[in-house]
Amino acid sequence: MGRKLLLDKAQIEGIRFFETYRKEGGYAAAEKALKTMTPDEVTEEVKKSGLRGRGGAGFPTGMKWSFLAKPEGVPRYLVCNADESEPGTFKDRYLMEFLPHLLIEGLLISSYALGSNKTYIYIRGEYAWIPEILEQAIAEAKQHGWLGKNIQGSGFDCEIYVQRGAGAYICGEETALIESLEGKRGNPRIKPPFPAIRGAWDCPTVVNNVETLAAVVPIINIGGETYATYGTGRSTGTKLISACGNINRPGVYEIEMNISVEEFIYSDEYCGGIANGKRLKACIPGGSSVPVVPANLLLKTAKGETRMMTYESLSDGGFQTGTMMGSGGFIVFDEDQCIVRNTLTLARFYHHESCGQCSPCREGTGWMEKVLHNIEYGKGKMSDIDLLWDVQSKIEGNTICPLGDAAAWPVAAAIRHFRDEFEWHILHPEEAQKRNFGLAHYADPLEVLA
Amino acid sequence: MTVQFSTEQLAKVKEIIARYPEGRQKSALIPLLHMAQETFGGWLDVPAMDYVAGLLQLQPIEVYEVATFYSMFNLKPVGKYVFEVCQTGPCMLNGSDQIIEYIKRKLNINVGETTADGLFTLKTVECLGACGYAPMMQLGKHYREHLTPAKVDQIIEECRRKAAELN
Repeated sequence: MGRKLLLDKAQIEGIRFFETYRKEGGYAAAEKALKTMTPDEVTEEVKKSGLRGRGGAGFPTGMKWSFLAKPEGVPRYLVCNADESEPGTFKDRYLMEFLPHLLIEGLLISSYALGSNKTYIYIRGEYAWIPEILEQAIAEAKQHGWLGKNIQGSGFDCEIYVQRGAGAYICGEETALIESLEGKRGNPRIKPPFPAIRGAWDCPTVVNNVETLAAVVPIINIGGETYATYGTGRSTGTKLISACGNINRPGVYEIEMNISVEEFIYSDEYCGGIANGKRLKACIPGGSSVPVVPANLLLKTAKGETRMMTYESLSDGGFQTGTMMGSGGFIVFDEDQCIVRNTLTLARFYHHESCGQCSPCREGTGWMEKVLHNIEYGKGKMSDIDLLWDVQSKIEGNTICPLGDAAAWPVAAAIRHFRDEFEWHILHPEEAQKRNFGLAHYADPLEVLA
Repeated sequence: MTVQFSTEQLAKVKEIIARYPEGRQKSALIPLLHMAQETFGGWLDVPAMDYVAGLLQLQPIEVYEVATFYSMFNLKPVGKYVFEVCQTGPCMLNGSDQIIEYIKRKLNINVGETTADGLFTLKTVECLGACGYAPMMQLGKHYREHLTPAKVDQIIEECRRKAAELN
């Protein structure tokens, strides 16, 4: 069994409630931080831990915290990004539903480190039943003196508020999230200024993902240096992976970042292998925005090394032969799945979710969806593949926020690795309506033709 | 329908506004639009949006531009029970296309339409964060997961029963 730091107590009955959480050692980290450490010492521990943002970008959390401007007399805010919307990702939902106090404790410690007296959880609107769970936990914490004024005699005040979004993927982007928190359309802001200088209500703001903030609790409990002994290289600690697609055991798993992708997919501790005894075709290991890779490049890098579940190993080979850890939304495709159809659903997703500010993204995502729709429904032309490539390449890097890149990458990777499947759709439009292409080029060609 | 929150709701409105810095009451707009939609028949008509604008001292256009941006706000009437079925990649891999087809046939409506009795609306939505429990739909506040045709039948029956009890 891999070592756990976040979900080790998730199965305990009643852990959702304060009494049980506290009895199981909860709020010990908050106690340690508030009573024995200065805010800067907390930040220092987070730096030492090597914790990287768990929302998808993987930016070092301690460094992000140290960028926060601290002008005299101006409030600072911590905002928890619970707008989990990246297709394939459902890990934060699990944390909030089952371990709400772990998040509240993480938020309290982090608010203390950053000097945020009013902290906000911005949660996607569709998770409509979760705010009640969080608000109940907040009320319990407050009742026991872990939120509110002069917490545990430390002199530190902190309130936590839960705010629901209303259905917009873009609000997971931190500046769009801030706009939405302020009651506006979720249009990302031009950076700089970064939120650390001018964020919510023009005040210095840190936006961190749910899992990132929860991880602060074990970091303070065991110390940053010990936390950094978990995992490998610059992938320290544990990571929540939400596994879905065609596997035997879909769900949320906490992994120590030292296991191989093969173990994660085939071991009964995790995904339990491909469903219905089928073969693995491809995988999107980090949420829909990261490149899809065929099975051969997923299990081994282009250099023939074992591919590991770490930030470094998953991105080994760059976008030519690698992919990314992203948010940990692990989507597995069996041999019967159609890459063209999947790419179409993702293009439709990004088209739907584009905020419309930047023309490359607003127009490009719709264009890609249209062309992919034609190919999928037997009306594609050979030149469409190059057209798709051209459009995606002109979105990437040309937009205010990363949604443009996120829309471009899945299309680029699908063409890069599965061009033959696109060509087959175009050359055999009628057949493509009846059956799927099957395994890609890494499989026995006879099997593909059979 | 009178467009007016109850006294308890108005107290809640005050409490929500107090969460934000002085003069930043616009921040309460999305929570208030949720409240308005739940209270005034499941969708936001112009009087409802104007009412919210009044509560927050905003120009009506500031409310319209927000209400039109977010997909959860319905700008036209919907049925009593709205089936919001996810159709994005991970759900598609687990048969959401077939589930959507099944619901269309069963209720005899297309995506975006409401049944003649005003009970059901079918919507397709993009990823709701339930990918491991696919295929799925949102029904009101909750998710219905691991959908099969039999489960869809049960849900439809359950809604019809509830509607009959309410009448």
